[in-house]
Amino acid sequence: MLQAQGLSKSFGRLRALDDLTATLRRGQSVALIGPNGAGKTTLLKCVLGLVRPDAGTLTLDGESLLDSPAPRRHIGYMPQIGRFPDHLRVGQLFEMMQEIRRGTHEQTDGELISALQVDRIAHKPARTLSGGMRQKVSACLAFLFDPQVLVLDEPTAGLDPVSVEVLKEKIRAERERGKLILVTSHILSDLDEIATDVLYLIEGRLRLYRPILALKAESGESRLDRVIARIARDTAGETPAGERAAS
Amino acid sequence: MMLRIVRYVAGDILRGRIILAYAGCLLVASLGLFNLGGDTTKALIGLLSLVLMIVPLVSVVFTTAHFYNTQEFVELLAAQPLPRATILLAQMIGVMLALTAALLAGIAVPVLLYACSATGLTLIAVALLLTAAFTALAFVAAVLARDKARGIGAALLIWFYFGLLHDGLTLYALFLLEDFPLEGISLTLLALNPIDLGRVLVLLQMDVSALMGYTGAMLKDLLGSGTGIGFAVLVLGSWIAAPVLAALWIFRRKDL
Repeated sequence: MLQAQGLSKSFGRLRALDDLTATLRRGQSVALIGPNGAGKTTLLKCVLGLVRPDAGTLTLDGESLLDSPAPRRHIGYMPQIGRFPDHLRVGQLFEMMQEIRRGTHEQTDGELISALQVDRIAHKPARTLSGGMRQKVSACLAFLFDPQVLVLDEPTAGLDPVSVEVLKEKIRAERERGKLILVTSHILSDLDEIATDVLYLIEGRLRLYRPILALKAESGESRLDRVIARIARDTAGETPAGERAAS
Repeated sequence: MMLRIVRYVAGDILRGRIILAYAGCLLVASLGLFNLGGDTTKALIGLLSLVLMIVPLVSVVFTTAHFYNTQEFVELLAAQPLPRATILLAQMIGVMLALTAALLAGIAVPVLLYACSATGLTLIAVALLLTAAFTALAFVAAVLARDKARGIGAALLIWFYFGLLHDGLTLYALFLLEDFPLEGISLTLLALNPIDLGRVLVLLQMDVSALMGYTGAMLKDLLGSGTGIGFAVLVLGSWIAAPVLAALWIFRRKDL
């Protein structure tokens, strides 16, 4: 459903994405992995319409994500750093997002709002929120409009352990309901629990795109961090192998 | 849709202390000028320098600071099914409305109370037009510069140029070109600076154009009529429209 074809983007001399082609389907939870500067954020930002690629196409169910803002109604986004207008109360923030998204969705999903107890801080001005609370608000907003695609940038960073579990459970549940999840995280043990596939980027190129179960079976490792360490070692000297299709 | 976002943007700014402080300072200055000087014309001239220097300065600094403070939020908005133009226009109108509210409270109310004349009304109009123009110019600087320090620096340079440098350059140009007919040149140079346009508009109402010497007399001739005023307002209007369009054009293509 989400299809990238020959996606390229340079920032000056830096090639952030280099001819990336991949197809992501419903029911997948794809973990974007790679060293810093590998192009993970750039890829997410292309999907979100925040960065305009130099070349290539990006479609969601056949509709181009690059030409018009309308297909973004299917996408929910949880940014790495959520910052909201200082003097808006949390409740007003939700009202505002609902007004913006009026008519773009069939149903709202407020499950996280009560599960993360965000309803209790509705009266607080956004500037008084701690980092973890802002992260909770971001998570609620991402899931609020029941989107088909969820883009989660470091979703568990800064959250307390209980909330991390709530969020991971929600991500698993939504994937099982047939959503597509795109997630980055530096915490591989979290990804191990919520991701079904690994998309490994190095210097803007797709090195590997495989189901985690297959990777574990092939390498004989039971933990994702070991698998990734092995891949990183194996691919360190290798020339770019191009894309490998997901099975 | 845009207006819905404007409501929240302006509401957010108006709840902040900075805009209140701005309105308060303007109010204290206006009341002080009107009550201490005794002479209304003198007070209006004092208020004019305030409007010509401080209002553009606050507009550019406030606008750029606001833009960089809300960068992450603008990113979140840009990831929604909203056109980029809607988002930036909402931001611009929100900031302009908030600054306008401060001006109305801090300058318009005292002027209407103490000097409700053609001059007073022109002064209010000039303050509002300059606020919009410098807010728009600051947005251009902000959408161009990724780095906060650079963006604020560029906005300050814009203010410095129009507030101080342009006048010097105008004088120098007129001095160099004194053998040529000056009307066209000085009018062009005048049109190239929104602050000067505002100054001339107010001074022409005050009948103190004699203070401005030869050029002043000439300007009175050229701009004193209804068409002249219309021309000046039109040019000031394009000082708002052009940067608004430029900022939208850049923002639509920008990588956030």
